[in-house]
Amino acid sequence: MKLFSLPLTQVAKLTAVAMYLTISSAEVFADWVYVTNEKDDTISIIDTGTNEVINTLEVGERPRGLTIGKDNKLLFICASDSDTVQVMDIATNKILHELPSGEDPEQFALHPDNKHLYIANEDDAVATVVDIESRTVVAQIDVGVEPEGMAVSHNGKWAIVTSETSNMAHWIDTSKNEIVANTLVDQRPRDAEFNADDTELWVSSEIGGTVSIIDTTTHEITHTLTFEIPGVSASRIQPVGMELTSDGKLAFIALGPANHVAVVDRSNFEVIEYILVGRRVWHLALTPDETSLYTSNGVSGDVTMVDVEQLKAVKTIKVGRFPWGVAVLPASAIPQ
Amino acid sequence: MNLVRAIRVAFSALVLLPLSAYADDPLSISILYLEEKIARPPVLSRLVVFPEDEGLQGAQLGVDDNNTTGKFLKQEYQLQSLIVAEGESVDESFISALADSPGLVIANVSKSALLRITALPEAENILFFNATDQSDTLRSVDCRANVLHTMASRSMLSDALMQFYSLRKWRELFLIEGAHEGDSEYADAFRRSAKKFGLSIEHDKKWLANADIRRTAAQEIPVFTQARKYDALLVADEQRDFAPYLLYNTWLPRPMGGSAGLKPEVWSSVVEQWGAVQLQTRFNKLADRGMTGVDYANWAAVRSIGEAVTRTKSTDANVIREYLLSEDFELAGFKGAALSYRNWNGQLRQPIPLVHPEAVVANAPIAGFLHQSNELDTLGLDRTESKCGEF
Repeated sequence: MKLFSLPLTQVAKLTAVAMYLTISSAEVFADWVYVTNEKDDTISIIDTGTNEVINTLEVGERPRGLTIGKDNKLLFICASDSDTVQVMDIATNKILHELPSGEDPEQFALHPDNKHLYIANEDDAVATVVDIESRTVVAQIDVGVEPEGMAVSHNGKWAIVTSETSNMAHWIDTSKNEIVANTLVDQRPRDAEFNADDTELWVSSEIGGTVSIIDTTTHEITHTLTFEIPGVSASRIQPVGMELTSDGKLAFIALGPANHVAVVDRSNFEVIEYILVGRRVWHLALTPDETSLYTSNGVSGDVTMVDVEQLKAVKTIKVGRFPWGVAVLPASAIPQ
Repeated sequence: MNLVRAIRVAFSALVLLPLSAYADDPLSISILYLEEKIARPPVLSRLVVFPEDEGLQGAQLGVDDNNTTGKFLKQEYQLQSLIVAEGESVDESFISALADSPGLVIANVSKSALLRITALPEAENILFFNATDQSDTLRSVDCRANVLHTMASRSMLSDALMQFYSLRKWRELFLIEGAHEGDSEYADAFRRSAKKFGLSIEHDKKWLANADIRRTAAQEIPVFTQARKYDALLVADEQRDFAPYLLYNTWLPRPMGGSAGLKPEVWSSVVEQWGAVQLQTRFNKLADRGMTGVDYANWAAVRSIGEAVTRTKSTDANVIREYLLSEDFELAGFKGAALSYRNWNGQLRQPIPLVHPEAVVANAPIAGFLHQSNELDTLGLDRTESKCGEF
């Protein structure tokens, strides 16, 4: 970083402003980060103001994916080994009911209508669509072997399932809940994310070691990202969870057992930074203001807070055993 | 119609034809599963059982997986099985199967039978996958251009174990070699691997198969393993004849690996990382038992074919072979690293889990064992070590 020479008074002023911002954000703008602990059957809640765990909740067996309802009132939890999706009331931390999810739900995505949940059933090679209000199964769609990643486009038109052994992204037209296209990607696709205007679909391939960027109109791959970290064996670079900033500038990609998060400049698809985090980093979540990124580190059993402006890991927060999914509840929705 | 237009129409028809054919007619891929039932020598324990359907169930799961994927790509896979009973001739059975002109064969036969059938003139355009035999010579002096190996070689297994011993600094070793076929090759692999990783076999003994030690193990084995110093033992007893009785009975209380204790395996029902539970669950549902290394090697062969057909859109054995040996091919195999084939001897590169009956102890290659191109090549015969000239 370049050092500027500033008059001392100005430095003092800036420092004061910075301190004020830090303090006020701690007090007023703190969000909550929910993390599923796969091998403890619990969820940890982290307060982003203090970056400490403020609560640990017991949930179903082997919790993995989790997502927060569009109105920030409900938390949906994939309890994979309980073969159910649990619905938790955010205000009371009570499990309200369970959804008929199909067997071994692994990940899911909520449609923008806040009504339909798309669930990947890993052992059965199907995707289940559940109406969360009537708690009924609306459709079951045959997909490839080991469906894992799930994404619904912001405009609600597409639901994507990635199947890990078939190496495909399946395009489900949500108006009829049918597969209308398949895109072959590299080995073991894990996660899918749409960019803000739904022109691109990003798919990470864990064993292929790549991220495919797919045009949403042609369903063809337009770019393939590869990663290289000095001193880390190529076979340990295994892209999994991804987060894209809404301004279209950056993408964060968790690299699994490489223990780093890659930062991609989306103007030229170049990796501009590798941030060292905890061991076997799975998933990521940006805070609503996109100033911080929280990563779940499975093997080290902790969460790393990354400063998005500095692109630096700032703090490590111990959670339960094998943290996997991450979701953020905005400060405005925190129950009083 | 003027000439230019006629040419244009003909040209566009030519371009469109293969596309429309691809979209309408499913691609049919037939795979021949060939198995030779081999008489196993008697062993001490009456509880050592090798599943009757070992191999076949792995190949079947591979076909099921390929078909689940195939329905989105208009591909249909069929498995034809040809199981040759004990005492019958593999060669004759195979020759009679040639009438159906198989292009892809998953072979679970003895080394000698494999060498004979792959040398037949009719076999020239057939691609074989060796899913059972672990001989290093098949990957070296006796290699064949039309044979790929999804089963690991003995030296891959022994290298995996020696890397772990080296990590734990167990440097002075006691080797026990059995008397059955294969044991001497496994013992040789241990000797080579020990040298490769700087360990030393201080004691090297042959097991004498002339006693039933089930009831007297406590008396015999301490004497057999008596020595002033060793850090760990190695056992080469592939039929599990005496190896199960060695544990806890050695003169010095030391760890043991190979055919007893810490086993290097192609696959084991205790492997659960890297999404392996999903494969284990699917296999258990299908076969009603745990998945073995032979099942895994058969599954990997069928899945390799599936990947090659999907990416090349061809069912031709030569096209498939070329793709599998190219740098473009990789297969996710639930072992934490992409699997690919060595283009100098056709061996499938793969991590080797080191297991005991209830858990995975380590996954080789062990971190820190480096290689100039691919760390998986620290296991088994590297390009310069293999004497295969067929590739």
